[in-house]
Amino acid sequence: MRILLSLGLVRGLIAQAAGTAFGMALTMAIRVLLGLPAWNAEPVMVAGALVGVISFLVGVGAFTDWFKWVKGEETPMRHGPPEGRPAWTRYLSVDYSHKVIGVQYVVTGIALMLVAGLLAWIFRTELTQPGLQFLDAPTFNTMISAHGIVMIAAILLGVSGMMNYLVPLMIGASDMAFPRLNALGYWVNVPGAILVVAAMFVGGWNTGWTGYPPLSVQSPLGTPLFLLGVYFVGLSSILGAINIIVTILRMRTPGMTLFRMPIFVWASLAASIIQLTGTQLIGLSFLMVVVERVLGMGFFNPNLSPEAIALGSPPGNVLLFQHLFWFYSHPAVYIFVLPGLGIISELLPVFARKPLFGYRWVALSSMAIALVGFLVWAHHMFTAGMDPGLRVPMMYSTLLVAVPTGVKFFSWVATVWQGKLSFPTPMLFVLGAISVFLLGGLSGPPNGTVTTDLFLHDTYWIVGHFHATMFGGFVFPFFAAIYYWFPKVTGRKYNETLGKLHFWLMTPAFWVQTLAQMDVGLKGMRRRIVDYDPALGIETGHLLITIAGFVIGLSILVMLYNLVRSARTGEVAEANPWRSRSPEWQIPSPVPEHSYARPFVVVGDPYDYGLPGSTYIQFAPSGASE
Amino acid sequence: MSTIASTMADYRHQLRNNRLGLWLFFISEAFLFGGLFVSRFYLWGNTRPELDQTLGLTITSILLLSSFFMNRAEMAIAHDDRRTFLNSLLITAALGILFLIGVVGFEWRGHIRPWDGAFGAVLFGMTGMHALHVLSGVIFILIVWNNGRKGHYSSERHWGVEACAIYWHYVDVIWVFFYPALYLMGTVVR
Repeated sequence: MRILLSLGLVRGLIAQAAGTAFGMALTMAIRVLLGLPAWNAEPVMVAGALVGVISFLVGVGAFTDWFKWVKGEETPMRHGPPEGRPAWTRYLSVDYSHKVIGVQYVVTGIALMLVAGLLAWIFRTELTQPGLQFLDAPTFNTMISAHGIVMIAAILLGVSGMMNYLVPLMIGASDMAFPRLNALGYWVNVPGAILVVAAMFVGGWNTGWTGYPPLSVQSPLGTPLFLLGVYFVGLSSILGAINIIVTILRMRTPGMTLFRMPIFVWASLAASIIQLTGTQLIGLSFLMVVVERVLGMGFFNPNLSPEAIALGSPPGNVLLFQHLFWFYSHPAVYIFVLPGLGIISELLPVFARKPLFGYRWVALSSMAIALVGFLVWAHHMFTAGMDPGLRVPMMYSTLLVAVPTGVKFFSWVATVWQGKLSFPTPMLFVLGAISVFLLGGLSGPPNGTVTTDLFLHDTYWIVGHFHATMFGGFVFPFFAAIYYWFPKVTGRKYNETLGKLHFWLMTPAFWVQTLAQMDVGLKGMRRRIVDYDPALGIETGHLLITIAGFVIGLSILVMLYNLVRSARTGEVAEANPWRSRSPEWQIPSPVPEHSYARPFVVVGDPYDYGLPGSTYIQFAPSGASE
Repeated sequence: MSTIASTMADYRHQLRNNRLGLWLFFISEAFLFGGLFVSRFYLWGNTRPELDQTLGLTITSILLLSSFFMNRAEMAIAHDDRRTFLNSLLITAALGILFLIGVVGFEWRGHIRPWDGAFGAVLFGMTGMHALHVLSGVIFILIVWNNGRKGHYSSERHWGVEACAIYWHYVDVIWVFFYPALYLMGTVVR
């Protein structure tokens, strides 16, 4: 019990509950003083949610050191597990080690993925047949909206987890540049995710994950909580991006020039640039919706009050939201997939025992995708009624993204070509990722082309395309990374048979699911609709999607069982089971508290597998660290 | 290396990290303010509401003047002139508070209300987001002042002062863009 209360997470949750209640009471008191009726759900809940999130962060201890700085006290960095408490407690409290924070991110990400997956199981069951079975329309709408946004939060957490754990190890840094900011960046996700999940229980929301006004201005009470929750998850992205960029630019080990960095580090840099800049605009657009709901500020409202007409004010415009929103939310998919594609490029040479083909081109292609990605947002708005003059330029810039992506594909094919391939679980997931991402990539240009998009917009074709890109670009590589670095993180081997079972369940099921989604989409199935016309002839397709969805979920449960059991009782792993050249595999597993006992210098290229006499890194002789 | 020298080297290394981190934060914030700026032109186009020009010019002058005192404070601590440093900080904070009074106390009590169409939304959105940053800057200055009073900064180690100063200038520069966008550009609609 004493240990339980000492956990940062428990303290944070208590503080959030108390803070929310306090914030609500305070707002009601202010309203009474202003002569308004005390209870108005919208402003009272928004204020409560804001105070609650800040209280969580104070309660968990993310601000403790900064409060000391404010008072002018020194705060020496503490390393290692907390004193007088079991070692596992550090994972549930504020800890500044990037390795702990990386694991926290990944575990939280998987937990959210399970929540969102469970929602998908429920609404997929409903969609097996036309007509309403056991869900009513508002519940269904809330569920699909929550599935979307919780998955996106889960992916952001997974991306941050991989970057946090791997980037400092790969570049030989002792930790991230700003460890305290790093911890804050993780912990702000937790109350944010709680808000999004809580939004489902206070009326839900029916806007889909995009939250378009005018619907999001009128939709139920869950909407502002969902918007604020996403806002805080976005804040985490920005803080994390600052950390990653500074770490990569300033803390590389001697000899590691930009073009000797691992591809995953390049991908992290590119993704972080998007996170740093773009995220502000989804934050702004969601904030605008919140203030329009709470204060009536008419950013998006096309109707004017008589007073506004008397002032000569122009009306609000809903398209403003879509421009601001997609300026982040399209590049956001590159945040999701760039690190995943980096994992593919990272792992393929290890399992093909060959150098990565066209290293420089692959490195720069990540940057190119990130930069071009900023110029394509309005392809989501071809049917929205925006200026038609924007359509064609946006179409060309969208199709341009295929060029750097193609560079990656050709590099992968050329890397595998004539390699000495072996097929343990991580390699299977890498190959699965390439196959699925190819499908996602090829189904993209029809959506980016104006003429075809006018018909495909808002259909299940888009759902199929999007799931293929997310699974190929993030989920498969993420699982590959989990299996690949599992021995490094835990010091134990995972069960290979169960790993392969996971792969062979998930991959065919995913192909069935995504192809069936595209098929029913082409036949006229709309997105985000609880019911459909049996005359479309899509019942079999929907049945297949549902069955495949259940198989994918089950396969992920197999993975979780495998990971949990192996972490406890698995065979002890050898130091470098994959014969990798990367520095993190040259030190003991699990990684010691201070990762590198001896610093290393980079003397060669990272992916020269199979070239005789090539070296990537050299450790300094012992005793040279002082 | 002696301990003191190695600590100083660590400090300088961290200082360069901190500077880069702060500037990255500014780049990030530029997109937030940029989004508001773009919204103003998207919604208002070539029009603007009638605003109190005297008030606008006054608060803008106050804010620009405050940046001068912020710079004076930073220069003073770089030369270990503690008195000028502390006084200039207080003057900066006072000018910042005057600016806030001008925005919240006068500007926001004019004839335009937040719910008055796009005029109200953009005016209050832009000045509100900016005022929030000015407020956080004033709090930051007061924290630095308090720590400076206790003698925590020296000419060699004053990252806290430097960060506070750059932040203040940054918020000031944002207003240099916001002021003409709100007060000067476009035709007045009556």
